[in-house]
Amino acid sequence: MAASTSPSRLPGVATTAYLSLAFLYIPILVVIFFSFNANSLITVWHGFTTDWYVKAYENEDLRRATWNSMIVAVGATFFSTVLALMAAMGMRGRLPRGLAGTSQMMMTLPLLIPEIVIAIATMSFFSIILRSEFMAGTAFLKLVDQYPLTQVLIAHTVFCVPFAYSPIRARIETLPPSLFEAAADLYATPWQSFRRVTLPLMMPGVTSGAMLAFITSLDDFIITQMVAPPGAMTLPVYIYSMVRKGITPEINAVSAILLVISILLVVSSYVINQRKAS
Amino acid sequence: MILKTMSSGLVIQTVSKTFPSPTGPVRAVDNVSLTIQPNEFFTLLGPSGCGKTTLLRMIAGLDIPTSGSILLDNQDIAPLPAYQRPVNTVFQSYALFPHMTVTDNIAFGMKMQGKPKTEIDKAVKEALALVRLDDKGERMPAQLSGGQQQRVALARALVNHPKILLLDESLSALDYKLRKEMQIELKRLQRETGITFIFVTHDQDEALSMSDRIAVMEKGNVAQIGTPQEIYDRPATRFVADFIGICNFVKASSLGLNDNCDIGFRPEDASFTVGRGMGKGNIRHINYRGAVTHYIIELEGGETITLSEDDPQNVEVNDAVSLVIPPERLIRCTA
Amino acid sequence: MHGVRNAAPWLLSPFLMIMGVFFAAPLLLVVGYSFMTAHYPGGVEFPLTLDAYVKIFYDTDFDGNKVFDPSFLLICWKSLKLAGLCTILCLRAGFPMAYFMATRPPQQRNLWMMLVTIPFWTNLLIRTYSWILILRDEGLVNNILMSTGITSSPITLMCSDFAVGLGLLYSYLPFMVLPIYANLERMDWRLVEAASDLYATRWQTLRKVTIPLTMPGILAGSILVFIPSIGSFLAPQLLGCGQQMMLGNKIENLFGQGGDWPFGSAASVALMIIVMIGLMIMSRRGGIKELV
Repeated sequence: MAASTSPSRLPGVATTAYLSLAFLYIPILVVIFFSFNANSLITVWHGFTTDWYVKAYENEDLRRATWNSMIVAVGATFFSTVLALMAAMGMRGRLPRGLAGTSQMMMTLPLLIPEIVIAIATMSFFSIILRSEFMAGTAFLKLVDQYPLTQVLIAHTVFCVPFAYSPIRARIETLPPSLFEAAADLYATPWQSFRRVTLPLMMPGVTSGAMLAFITSLDDFIITQMVAPPGAMTLPVYIYSMVRKGITPEINAVSAILLVISILLVVSSYVINQRKAS
Repeated sequence: MILKTMSSGLVIQTVSKTFPSPTGPVRAVDNVSLTIQPNEFFTLLGPSGCGKTTLLRMIAGLDIPTSGSILLDNQDIAPLPAYQRPVNTVFQSYALFPHMTVTDNIAFGMKMQGKPKTEIDKAVKEALALVRLDDKGERMPAQLSGGQQQRVALARALVNHPKILLLDESLSALDYKLRKEMQIELKRLQRETGITFIFVTHDQDEALSMSDRIAVMEKGNVAQIGTPQEIYDRPATRFVADFIGICNFVKASSLGLNDNCDIGFRPEDASFTVGRGMGKGNIRHINYRGAVTHYIIELEGGETITLSEDDPQNVEVNDAVSLVIPPERLIRCTA
Repeated sequence: MHGVRNAAPWLLSPFLMIMGVFFAAPLLLVVGYSFMTAHYPGGVEFPLTLDAYVKIFYDTDFDGNKVFDPSFLLICWKSLKLAGLCTILCLRAGFPMAYFMATRPPQQRNLWMMLVTIPFWTNLLIRTYSWILILRDEGLVNNILMSTGITSSPITLMCSDFAVGLGLLYSYLPFMVLPIYANLERMDWRLVEAASDLYATRWQTLRKVTIPLTMPGILAGSILVFIPSIGSFLAPQLLGCGQQMMLGNKIENLFGQGGDWPFGSAASVALMIIVMIGLMIMSRRGGIKELV
């Protein structure tokens, strides 16, 4: 395919690819570059400094928002991955027709409905059930009162499930059903079969599903913005409020950290995959 | 003889299995009854979709019969889940656990039953020796050849001392030479272990050469049960005759017989002569096949038949010939 | 798994319950809200009315008369226009990129894949924010233009359709590249050779063989780009400075300060209908299956 006479070669394709790549990376590099800029006002280089990182670290609100983001992301990852794994196993079994269709729809729909609609829907739903007399005094209300992150966690779990589901489903489809039948044939109870055969074999799918759910949760802005009660601010929501107040190099520093974290995550999963392949 | 067990028989009584499908329920197994003797090598033979695999899966506990009972040592096992049945299966594609070593694969069943570790270690070792894979215990299944994987699958099932061993098209993934070797190997294992084998296949050669008895299945029903010789020589139905080996069917009148049904005969049972015989025809093709030679003959009524002769005959295409068939080799089917 | 009892419905039930309560019920609630009367600030009350849908087309003037008001329809049109343009541009840049990636040797392919995945996994807010640094009056572009003497005063780039469109293109380009690449990578390239053997030029091969075979990926990519762009909030808010309204920030507005929940709900229903129409057009060739 590499030969220049190969029919798969098209002129202009390489140029577009490199230009697109530059387009994708220049803004990211700009943010990282200016996070080290000594000048606080304009986008002109005034010398190297790490002051903005120190300032970001000392910002207590920022630290709390980061902590909230981590709690929500870890929680949503756990719950959504468990739900997705169970659902993927369920979808493999024999199901009444309507149930299979409904479940399929529930997996697809969150990806097809614009986030803003899910955001306002969830927000108004919570505002209704939290104010209704029907819910007064229930354990759920107490939970929400005590832990303001509860609503955010629930909302994140819901929109993370489809993301966790798709790699799990893809993995389960590569496993022949006879493996699970063999486990049952060899005296494994359903639970033993899950522990010893299903789960280990599903692990690559579960891991990438969990990673996708984690990133999706960390990334979310609009749903959290609408749903989060005061005191349940996550990192993106806090950064947004900073941006609204004015562009500061501190934002660049926080953004640069987040960018580097996602770069490291992707690169490490890439390296792991490479190593597995060899 | 380390694995020698008390052999058990199996009685299948009026078992049916219906699957739902978009076009309405499908009856995969229709009211089948048969008895399998202890220590027997029993084969379920039939084309794909005849219900043989469904019947096997119901014995294994992977499918539950819609009705009927399956008696193992006089106990009805039909309602038991697979993991509570003293029956093990060698799956069509082996279904070895890809994330476990050969040893762990073989030990799996005993571990699940909570057997003590020393007992498991000993049994696994013996099982590896039984299938001649003593040095492959630490390999992963993907590092083994197809034939070796097949042996691991056998060892993994046999190590549990099942009362019955089920083999689901177990040789079909192997190439011809390996398949012949495994046929002999399977017979040896069955003799040495004394376990009742139930073997599912669509390959009539395999069935004829290995089985004590064969049940030929057609569309969810048993068409005939018998020893390989009974089935080959006296097929009960035209379907059985056609499915087992090659069989020519012609109108009785074409052979000069006074009957209004079709008459069958095997290519190797008939011969021809240029003199007087049972029916007249012309040679249309001569296919030299090495060990035998096939003669395609068009009878006067327009029917085409095949004869096989060990030695090439001194005839040419378009020669007029007559058939010679010993009367006891004629097959008169009821259906 | 295949025991006596069928565990499948039980395994699905927690998922279905959670989704039913926290996803399906809220969506139905929004549909219900759109038929109710606004309660200020923020909320709804009876009686049921079609007022919210009337507001899509009409405004009430000081005398209480209904006058035709195209402002909401213009927002719909702008959203549709920007999202459509964004999808086409993503396709224009994304297909060649995916094609280039798929024709690299395997080792390089993985590297490219990683390079496209990194922005895909990077925080959307930060990626949108980065364009402020580039586009604003004191930003990178104006700095370069002014320091090289091309212009003497900054050109206004921010707060425009251009800025919003650029932000959308930047946000969703990887969403287009990845599914097309996945499709191209598992395509049988011998078909391309066969086409060239049968006298097709490269462009004919592309048009008659490669693109038709990649259609599922192209459709999946288009859906993945179109849906988030039409409902986009961050790009019009940050790069359009909240002045370039799209449906996304209009809806947020109505549920935020404006407080007209029924109208906001009706706007959401309108957005979902636009998306469904878009999907129906695209999924005619089966693009949705590719998504899940």
